[in-house]
Amino acid sequence: MITFDLDRAPLRELNQSLHDVAGEGDRRWRIVNPRGRHNIAVGMTQALDVEVAGHTGYYCGGMNQNAAITICGHAGQGVAENIVSGRVRVKGNASQSAAASGRGGLVVIEGDAGARCGISMKGVDIVVGGSVDHMSAFLAQAGTLVVCGDAGPDLGDSIYEAVIFVGGQVGSLGADCIEKEMTAAHRGKLEALLAQAGIGADTSAFRRFGSARRLYNFHVDHAGEY
Amino acid sequence: MCGIVGIFLKNQALAPSLGRLLQGMLLEMADRGPDSAGFAVYRRPVPPGSVKLSLYATTSTVQWQQIGTDAEAAFGVPALIVHRDRHALLSLGAEAGALSAWLASSYPDVSIIGIGSEIEVYKEVGHPASVAERFHLAGLDGGHGIGHTRMATESAVTVRHSHPFAAGLDICLVHNGSLSNHNDLRRRLARRGMRFQTDNDSEVAAAYLADRLGAGLSLREALITAGTDLDGFFTFAVGTADGFAVARDAIACKPAVLAETEDWVAMASEYRAIATLPDADDARVWEPKAGEVYCWNRA
Repeated sequence: MITFDLDRAPLRELNQSLHDVAGEGDRRWRIVNPRGRHNIAVGMTQALDVEVAGHTGYYCGGMNQNAAITICGHAGQGVAENIVSGRVRVKGNASQSAAASGRGGLVVIEGDAGARCGISMKGVDIVVGGSVDHMSAFLAQAGTLVVCGDAGPDLGDSIYEAVIFVGGQVGSLGADCIEKEMTAAHRGKLEALLAQAGIGADTSAFRRFGSARRLYNFHVDHAGEY
Repeated sequence: MCGIVGIFLKNQALAPSLGRLLQGMLLEMADRGPDSAGFAVYRRPVPPGSVKLSLYATTSTVQWQQIGTDAEAAFGVPALIVHRDRHALLSLGAEAGALSAWLASSYPDVSIIGIGSEIEVYKEVGHPASVAERFHLAGLDGGHGIGHTRMATESAVTVRHSHPFAAGLDICLVHNGSLSNHNDLRRRLARRGMRFQTDNDSEVAAAYLADRLGAGLSLREALITAGTDLDGFFTFAVGTADGFAVARDAIACKPAVLAETEDWVAMASEYRAIATLPDADDARVWEPKAGEVYCWNRA
């Protein structure tokens, strides 16, 4: 394992080093003293195992491809934004816009996530062990958001074809987001995602939400929804 | 963009280090607000019946000792003046309103930027590092404090436009965000007797809180009604005699993070400011919810 101390070398050197790992290089990295710095381990393309030992600033693990990144603390805004593949795990809580615009891969937040979790998600799977704040899955196009705790107001506002599972209370549903039937197939998908995320939860109380598909085309009767 | 920070010490053994801790947080937020900075430190209360004023002079010719002498003559009690850069602290045994009125009529070039029994407010234009240095922030002890680094977006870069803004006895506010109905609100508050020194939106937020507190609301209640009455974006940190409060608007587009250990509670625009505190790695860290008010008080 390679240990990289951000108190001793600059962030750009870290990110460049992570990008430059050659085929035979060490695949396990540990980053110490993150101290809330922004942009840690962004733009990863290789299947490395990266552990960040502490709290991070904005955009940690952003644009990730293939790497498995674990943040042993709190993640600031936009953790794993635009993730393409691989996995980003936050062992603490996360600030706003976690996994924003994510196209693929898996983002696991063991604690709570702030507002706009999964905003404009385009295929990423997100599992939140705790709760999410308002406007989560806003404009969500594809992928799955699992919230084991509560969801704040305006969940899934203007949602397209993403799927939302919530185990706790929902503050309110956003425009065009409705509750849908929870079939055995859906429960199976939920259980598989929870297992993949390593989050234990009783799935019996989970409900499923998705798009009513009323905003796809403008209809004057729905003007109030816009 | 601006940066705001706040720290509340639970372990009083850290009190001699308060200024140093607050300075570390403030400087980490310098690139969010490099044009001015300010801070309020709650320390060394004056005796009951006395009041402590934080003063700023718009002219360089002001004679601080003369102000102290004149105040003694006007109120018939001893006054203490402590001069720091372009600021001074005036302490004496008088009623806050009467002292303020006397100062306004006797020394119109002197602004009161903080008033109460513990609060001390310092603010200046320039890089936060130079502001902290000018007022020897690192050497100030105390129980809690809040700070602000400013990147002005809608009004002038002057000391009077800088934060914190006083909002009543021992109460002051720092603000990250912008308010869109501040002109209307300023007119309404002016009709209710509030006085303003600038065209700054954050000063209106401070005056709003002062007005609501004056009407009998608790600080928590006033911050909740602020969410309805103030149109715009805000993350506020509010210092009080025995603690501090944090509030965000219902959209919460301005950042904020909270952290707590056995020894302290801290808030900042970004976690990296909190990372400068002792044992921050082990702190519980979370994002304050939109529209909620968080308060810490000394038991």
